[in-house]
Amino acid sequence: MSIKIDHELCTGCASCVESCMYGAIELNNNIAKVLPNCTLCGACIEACPEEAISLERGDIKTKKIDISQYKGVWVIAEHYKNKIHNVAFQLLRKGRELADLLQVNLTLVILGANFDDKLEEFSQYGMDEILYVRAPILKDYYSDLYVKVISELVVQNNPEIILIGATPTGRDFAPRIAKRLNAGLTADCTGLEINPETKNLLQTRPTYGGNILATIQTPSSRPQMATVRPGIFKIPEKVQKDVKIRTIEYQFKEKDSVTKIVKVISKTKNTVNLEDAKYIVAGGRGVGSKENFKLLKDLANVLGAELGGSRITIELNWLDPDRQIGQTGKTVNPKLYIACGISGAIQHIVGMQNSDIIVAINKDPNAPIFHWAHYGIIGDLNEIIPILIQEFKKLKSEE
Amino acid sequence: MKIFVCTKQVPGISEVKIDPKTNTLIREGVESILNPNDRNALEMALVLKEEQKAEVIALTMGPPQAEEILREALAMGVDKVVLLSDRAFAGADTLATSYTLALAIKKILKESDSEENYLIICGSQAVDGDTGQVPPELAEELGIPQITYVQKLELSEDKIVVERKFRATEIVVIETKLPALISVLTDINKPRFPTMMGIMKAYENSNVIYFDSKNLNADISKIGLNGSMTEVKKIFFPERNGKRIILEGSPEEVVKKLCHHLQEDKIL
Amino acid sequence: MDFSLTEKQKMLRKITRKFAEEYLVPVAKESDEKQELNKTAFKKMQEMNYFGACLPVKYGGAGLENDTIGFCIVIEEISRADAGWGITIAVHNGVAAYPIYKYGTEEQKQTFLEDLANGNKVGSFCLTEPNAGSDAAGVQLTAVKDGDEYILNGTKIFSTSGGIAGTLLVVAKTGDKDSRREMTVFIVDSKTPGYSVGVKEDKLGVRASNTSELVFEDVRVPQENILGQYGDGFKMAMRILDFGRIGIAAQCLGLGQAALEASVKYSNERVQFGKPIGRFQGIQWKLADMACAVESARLFTYKAAFIHDKGEDFGTASSMAKLVASEAAMQAAHDAVQIHGGYGLMKAYPVERYFRDAKMGEIYEGTSEVQRMVIAGNLLRKGV
Repeated sequence: MSIKIDHELCTGCASCVESCMYGAIELNNNIAKVLPNCTLCGACIEACPEEAISLERGDIKTKKIDISQYKGVWVIAEHYKNKIHNVAFQLLRKGRELADLLQVNLTLVILGANFDDKLEEFSQYGMDEILYVRAPILKDYYSDLYVKVISELVVQNNPEIILIGATPTGRDFAPRIAKRLNAGLTADCTGLEINPETKNLLQTRPTYGGNILATIQTPSSRPQMATVRPGIFKIPEKVQKDVKIRTIEYQFKEKDSVTKIVKVISKTKNTVNLEDAKYIVAGGRGVGSKENFKLLKDLANVLGAELGGSRITIELNWLDPDRQIGQTGKTVNPKLYIACGISGAIQHIVGMQNSDIIVAINKDPNAPIFHWAHYGIIGDLNEIIPILIQEFKKLKSEE
Repeated sequence: MKIFVCTKQVPGISEVKIDPKTNTLIREGVESILNPNDRNALEMALVLKEEQKAEVIALTMGPPQAEEILREALAMGVDKVVLLSDRAFAGADTLATSYTLALAIKKILKESDSEENYLIICGSQAVDGDTGQVPPELAEELGIPQITYVQKLELSEDKIVVERKFRATEIVVIETKLPALISVLTDINKPRFPTMMGIMKAYENSNVIYFDSKNLNADISKIGLNGSMTEVKKIFFPERNGKRIILEGSPEEVVKKLCHHLQEDKIL
Repeated sequence: MDFSLTEKQKMLRKITRKFAEEYLVPVAKESDEKQELNKTAFKKMQEMNYFGACLPVKYGGAGLENDTIGFCIVIEEISRADAGWGITIAVHNGVAAYPIYKYGTEEQKQTFLEDLANGNKVGSFCLTEPNAGSDAAGVQLTAVKDGDEYILNGTKIFSTSGGIAGTLLVVAKTGDKDSRREMTVFIVDSKTPGYSVGVKEDKLGVRASNTSELVFEDVRVPQENILGQYGDGFKMAMRILDFGRIGIAAQCLGLGQAALEASVKYSNERVQFGKPIGRFQGIQWKLADMACAVESARLFTYKAAFIHDKGEDFGTASSMAKLVASEAAMQAAHDAVQIHGGYGLMKAYPVERYFRDAKMGEIYEGTSEVQRMVIAGNLLRKGV
């Protein structure tokens, strides 16, 4: 296996050199040359305007499966304290769209103990079927039980697409199922489409610290699995629809789980809910100090907003870690996002670019945040925010 | 007891910038580094080694240049390092990677021929791919329990008790038998710097053990590109979708303008 | 000719840089103001084995005794973060610990090196006196034999790390005449009765490093503590300084590098007349000249280290390196302040500190004039 450069076709334009994330292509006598540190990721193939680059596979025969035997889109729910994580409902919106394009059924899969009286309500989120696996032990999350049950269900039902929330739980069991089924899995997706010709699922995800987006597909195996970030899609409107509910009683033997939950520790400290916030006021390095966040807090209070920050504000201890927004923090999609003193590094942008309206306040007119903002204010936040607070207060009293 | 730490050489992402004119990556000056989260895994392993008798073995799969991160692991204090390097491994997605790593771990265990227990510690994810899929897939391949997103671990002879952070405010304490695999979070410890003596030892008194597809007896259809189910269809740069209306005037004026816009947009 | 560094040297640079950015940079300004080395940083520097950088592993060192380029890289990276730490480690290793290893008896090595290698004792080299600066032969501190001991009397000034040192190399006059042939180097433990620290100097630059006056009143030193031969002290001192200058050159190099990096960063960020100032030719020429100066410093310094490790005569090379590197640092720091304009004068930016630190390099361990004297002297005596 290797990347082949067609020397006849190569014009030495260097598009491939720029596309390579690993610095593994260089120009040699005006012809592209692949270096030993190439990872065969294939980014250069797409980038070449002359179609001079190809990936040469060896003549290894891999077992081909009949992908037409797989039908249906599944969304797998997770829950905590008998409450389904919102991301499952968000995925039902996208799942409906995919299922309609493919003209197949959409199924919500729940592994739990006490959901019988809630299924009616869930059935309003647009699926065709609910698959409810019931067992007392499934009240809690056990990695190996999820893997066992879901793998078995998949083998019996052959869905073509499985969507799972990219939460610590989803990202725990999804890879293990993928391995057991030898299925392709794409982590942490932010976009899902169907290729109109091949009907393959195109899964787009930020990679390389959010600097680039990669679209991944699994052309020759099924199911196609993806974990998807919470907050990317909105929860669908409720609809009245006939939904088939299949309840499966599952009998576990004691040895089915090799792990034991000793206890759960909850920090009852005022919880931050950035993911569901309608308004967010966020600060970056430009805020200047922990004390200055008081100003942002005041602004947030007037708006009824949550307070968030870029990575540096967490590193400098200005904010608690659960308030971090971005690649290594939370992904948010509020109606209004006010970025104060945030320069706009891509790692931050990936966490907030789905906000309906982004307002940026920054001293530096060249700050990248202004490329992403709907409204930009170039100026000192210490000067702007107090006036903003006054104005918002005024508007509020007028209402 | 053997403690395996899986590591990866990655580009120093925090140094990466986008050229605003061409919308391409500026890679210049971006070094290859040991994945930062793997340092936490190494630190945890080295602390366990100091507290209890354990041999710490760091592994990585990559091109020969990846030897550098293994030397760094040696300099931090690990006992043995193994580099899985072969052109046939290239293009591996997480399925193929976990298969290959599992082969190496089985080979090392077989060759040590004692009935030792073992623990595998991984970072939760690498900064380049950011998938976090290799640890669970590796555990599945080896048929051992996994606990991901771990922030604290107690190790005894045949079991571990760990704190797993599964929500911002919730931690579950889980117990499982060894052998097992855990993946650890980034802020759980402060990884040590390799000392000068460590660096000296890493370069002068230690060897990097090389494994390739042949001495691992790898099934050629399960490694590298052949063993990968996913493929990269396209790579592109994020669109900038801002309206980019810069509001001008005195602070009072810009605030008035902003409120006007927000009311028009039905945000306020 | 091959300019590439070994993998080990690259790792030394990478790790030292990261370490210095984490532990030295954040406290550099405060250390400069307080005129003392940060205690946490000190402990970390000990743990990292920087105090034993150029001592063999056998004596508890890090084992760079035959890799002076590696040693230079370490000093360079420490100095890039804080030149005060740079001079401390350069002096400790270059003109205290290494000379004992190189010229000492096995017994002396056993006695002194372990504490120096782990940094429990800081080393200092004491030559300068009120009347013996550039003219090192003017040493007045006397050592008079009394049985198996020597009694030291006199005063040393401007001793780098003198006030915090536990082990001192003291150059004393052991004859009646002010002759170069009647000097001897003694290893003195700071706990010896009669020894005391006098005035701590308040300096222009490298203020985190200690510079003190040292007073010797009937300090009795056993004759086993003579480093090298009795009466050979002047030559010994010159040889020690020859090696020490490579370390100082590396210290200046790191400082120049820091000034250059700060200037490049600022030139890209600072906007005047509607564009980053780096787009103006006036700034570009400065940056280019700074980069050339720093790179010359690097080449001269590594070359001197290379000649030393080959076992060849490196005196001229080390003087050249020290001269070129200290003047390069001064030029780079000077231009860095100029590029920063008004901000360059302010404590909020590090370049004003670089400027003060850089001036020191042109003076200590032999002024630029003394270096030129050494270089020319060697040229005239040995030919080109």
